[in-house]
Amino acid sequence: MIRTALLVAAKDLRIERRSRVLLWQVLPFGVMALVLSGLALGPTHAGHSSAGPGLFYLVMLLVALLMINRSQVIEGTPGTQASVATLGLDPAGVFLGKALALAVELWLTGLVLLGGSVLVLHTALVGTLSALPSVVVTLGALAAAGTLYGALSGGGQGPATLLPVLSLPAFSPLLIAGERSFSAALHGGGLWRWWLISLVALVAYLGVGILLYGVLEES
Amino acid sequence: MMKLLSQRLLGPVTLVLLALTFWLGLWVTPPDKVQGNLARLLYVHPAIAWVALYLSFGTATIASALYLWKRSRSLVMDRVAHCAVEVSLVFIILTLITGSLWGRPTWGVWWAWDARLTSTAILGVFAVGYLAIRRANDDVEQRARRSAVVAILAAINVPIIHFSVQWWKTLHQGASVFTPGGNFKVHGIMLTTLFISLAAFTLLFFWLLRARYRVEVVRDERQRVSLDEALAQRRREGVH
Repeated sequence: MIRTALLVAAKDLRIERRSRVLLWQVLPFGVMALVLSGLALGPTHAGHSSAGPGLFYLVMLLVALLMINRSQVIEGTPGTQASVATLGLDPAGVFLGKALALAVELWLTGLVLLGGSVLVLHTALVGTLSALPSVVVTLGALAAAGTLYGALSGGGQGPATLLPVLSLPAFSPLLIAGERSFSAALHGGGLWRWWLISLVALVAYLGVGILLYGVLEES
Repeated sequence: MMKLLSQRLLGPVTLVLLALTFWLGLWVTPPDKVQGNLARLLYVHPAIAWVALYLSFGTATIASALYLWKRSRSLVMDRVAHCAVEVSLVFIILTLITGSLWGRPTWGVWWAWDARLTSTAILGVFAVGYLAIRRANDDVEQRARRSAVVAILAAINVPIIHFSVQWWKTLHQGASVFTPGGNFKVHGIMLTTLFISLAAFTLLFFWLLRARYRVEVVRDERQRVSLDEALAQRRREGVH
């Protein structure tokens, strides 16, 4: 299973590196969304806003939707599903691999957007750095949930509007937990309690994905 | 014979119990000491929430799990899950509306960012997503598999809603009847009315589920017949 996961993750990341969709389309979209969030808050509030963590996660959710769609489109290309079926790859391994690749992409994007929120939304650098472990876990959970919901929404072949309707309610606890732990890192408070919620969500989504991804692949 | 009798009686008994609930709730029970007439919402809101969250979603989850389990896989389970989620969505909306009607005079706002309210609304969006995924898939087997997984994932939200009043500091009050300690906070005719209301809305759920299921069976049959007719038509065209 782990071997399959590493193979699939490497394949997805290689495709992403060659196509540069992440670099030239997704990242600029994320940065633009962050700047627009600052503009929406207005000059008085954007500079010293406590909304920074929430806006960061909101932008990450939007970016994640694009990435999940992209990740599923890769699977939908002609011949891919037939190849997976012919090779007899373990569906749990495929799920883990796709989730891992998505997590790596989200972590990279998150790093850039955290820098952006320090610059644009003036979130404190030290607090932002101490929030990193919780951001890593929350984005990991987002990747696991996103991979599952991406497959549920029909992959690259389903209607693009279905993914947000299906996945955003599932992402909302992650948004809350991520925002709370980030805010706690900035202003002090119970960081670990919220961090734990993200960790439980990560484990739960990985477990459900390992169990049920095969059922979705049957189709 | 018994089955036919129970099917025939389900509708009338439900209507009688609903009428009894409204009569007791609006005219017989006294106003609450603190909340006055506002407390009369207690006779419908918890019962509606019971149907929306536990009964409907419980039915949908069990039916979905049975569909995913290969030994019990059948389209009957898929149809039951689908119909239960549809009924659940209607009752979730009613739960939020009746809660809002109570919240405005009590909290001063129609909507509060409260854990119970927010998690219930999220369950409603899950139900919408479930119905959306069913409309997006034409392949019956694929649709059934995917929607079953969505129903099971959505069901994780139900215990979160239930325990939200204990896990977080919420505006929403805790349990009044089925308290963790087992002590009733409602008594006398008010408690009786509450139990009649729970029975009435439970029967209403089964009545609606049965009616919706029959519609679904007829729709599937119509699709099958029209497909058979189309195939026969093609064959006739091929002959001439």
